[in-house]
Amino acid sequence: MDVLELLRVAWGSIRVNKMRSFLTILGIMIGVACVITMMTVTAGAQYDIERQMREMGSNLMAVYAGSWRSRGGVSGAAGSNAVLTEDDAAAMKREIPEIAAAAPTMRGYAQVVVGNRNWNSSIYGIDNELLEVRNWGVTEGRLFEPSELSRGARVALIGTTTATELFGEGQILGQPIRVQNVQFTVVGLLASKGMAPGSTSFDQDSVLMIPLKTARTRLLGRQGVGGDAVDNVYVSVENEEDMTYVEEEIKKLLNTRHRIKPDRDAFSVSNMSEWIEQRLEQQNTFNSLLSIIAAVSLLVGGIGIMNIMLVSVTERTREIGLRMAVGARNTDIMQQFLVEAIALCIAGGILGIGLAVAVSTSASVAVGWPIYFQWWVLVMAVVFSGVIGIFFGFYPARSAANKDPIEALRTE
Amino acid sequence: MDVSDSIIRCENLSKTYVLGGEEVHALADVSIGLNRGDYAAVMGPSGSGKSTFMNIVGCLDTPDSGQLWIDNEEVSELSKNDLAGVRNKQIGFVFQQFNLLGRTSAMDNVALPLLYGGVTRHERRDRAQEALMRVGLKDRMDHHPTQLSGGQQQRVAIARALVNEPAILLADEPTGALDQHTGEEIMEIFDELNDAGLTILLVTHEYNIATHAQQMIRFLDGEITGVENLEEIKAA
Repeated sequence: MDVLELLRVAWGSIRVNKMRSFLTILGIMIGVACVITMMTVTAGAQYDIERQMREMGSNLMAVYAGSWRSRGGVSGAAGSNAVLTEDDAAAMKREIPEIAAAAPTMRGYAQVVVGNRNWNSSIYGIDNELLEVRNWGVTEGRLFEPSELSRGARVALIGTTTATELFGEGQILGQPIRVQNVQFTVVGLLASKGMAPGSTSFDQDSVLMIPLKTARTRLLGRQGVGGDAVDNVYVSVENEEDMTYVEEEIKKLLNTRHRIKPDRDAFSVSNMSEWIEQRLEQQNTFNSLLSIIAAVSLLVGGIGIMNIMLVSVTERTREIGLRMAVGARNTDIMQQFLVEAIALCIAGGILGIGLAVAVSTSASVAVGWPIYFQWWVLVMAVVFSGVIGIFFGFYPARSAANKDPIEALRTE
Repeated sequence: MDVSDSIIRCENLSKTYVLGGEEVHALADVSIGLNRGDYAAVMGPSGSGKSTFMNIVGCLDTPDSGQLWIDNEEVSELSKNDLAGVRNKQIGFVFQQFNLLGRTSAMDNVALPLLYGGVTRHERRDRAQEALMRVGLKDRMDHHPTQLSGGQQQRVAIARALVNEPAILLADEPTGALDQHTGEEIMEIFDELNDAGLTILLVTHEYNIATHAQQMIRFLDGEITGVENLEEIKAA
């Protein structure tokens, strides 16, 4: 018999036992849906990490004064009297050729006021290099002019969250805003960055950026520290492989410049790729767990197929006997039941894809999980369902084919 | 006897089963021949070997020793697969319990042997229709077995047995599940088919059913104890 005839025969018996066929399919359907949902969520998470890496720049590091361990809520030089300066940033760029850019930055937190609205926002004192280092730009308006940076003009770039809170849907560019009684003019709207990597509450878009010089002279300047002190220096490295080397070079350079013994941790460098590795590792653990669950559910589905097929073979013993009596060979019977199992599994696989799409889409909407459908996963799901059909349908099909026609016809 | 007229020829067929550690001689050295167009009834008590004989002649079972020719082709040495081919082409079975596929139309039931004979879908349809017309079920083709009476179901089964133009029709208690009147109707169909030249081998334990045949083969303890010519008895 050709494949079409076999499919027709299989369809005949599937159709005759609608309920049983559906229950059989259900096992595979749930199994396949589990696998695809898992793959989709996993791929989504992976994709999300990669996206964050791209946006943040995986070659980014931040240099702080003070040791990593002692740096707490207070920014600055806790545990050490060393202070980072703009000159340090310039020196890094000059002395370490692997560094693409070094952006000195001051950070603070203040209430921003527009009319009768106010919003507590991060305040960054920057030069345009910071935006370059962090792959950040404006979607409306412009960056700072060199003259604005050098004279400390009262201009600001505004993050989307801060802008929405203060202006709503209204005009943003060119509008005056006030921070601690200093008036600024908004010249650019920053691109949205979303939540900080690994955080669900630290909103990177709740930010106001002003020229570094303006920050120092008008808002964030601190008593008792040098005239060009900054809170940290963001560094981007030309090649990602040089990260570790550059980190060491920076520490060495800074210790030398600040006349600190080489073995002391007066400055620390935080490396974004470390964080990403950690996150990927967590993700992998999560993935393995999900894979096991998915594999088990598929296995259970497969056993369900086998169980139902065995029942079906027993129930249809007379039919098998009759088919043999009118000329079916053992291989015909074998093929019939195998094709039936495969057809059920593939139907389950296709329905499982539908279920997976529904489940992961609604999970993505409800819980905010990133999802990412890969077409090859869908194709593999169908192929794999067929393989399950062959694997778990083989034994029942063989037991059907090995029946003795005389015995089979005698069965009640 | 012309060799080409021989349709079934058995020589020294033997079959032994082991039941509960004891050997049972289901068939012991059975030899018999039937010619094309013969109409024979097989009778005997249960355990007499008639079922084993029918199963071997129907190529569902193989003898331990001895030889069997169907339509001058030796089948006692054939493989399982080849036997399936012989059943498909040369033998038509009619069972006591009809053995129709449930929830399947009369047409598809009748066409089933053709499916295994590699006949195209279109031709299967035509030939199944033709066979159903022969048994008088022209207007029941799309009915399922549950929508048919016992007699109609057995007619569908006969149509299925005929659809591949077999050399022999093997009927195992074909009237056993039917009332007397319907049973007679079924037997009339057999009589007509035999008149048209079909060889029929019929197992029954009812004498009045057996008398439809021309000859009666009696089995007892795995042996043929007698072959009677019913035509002569009827004539007498």
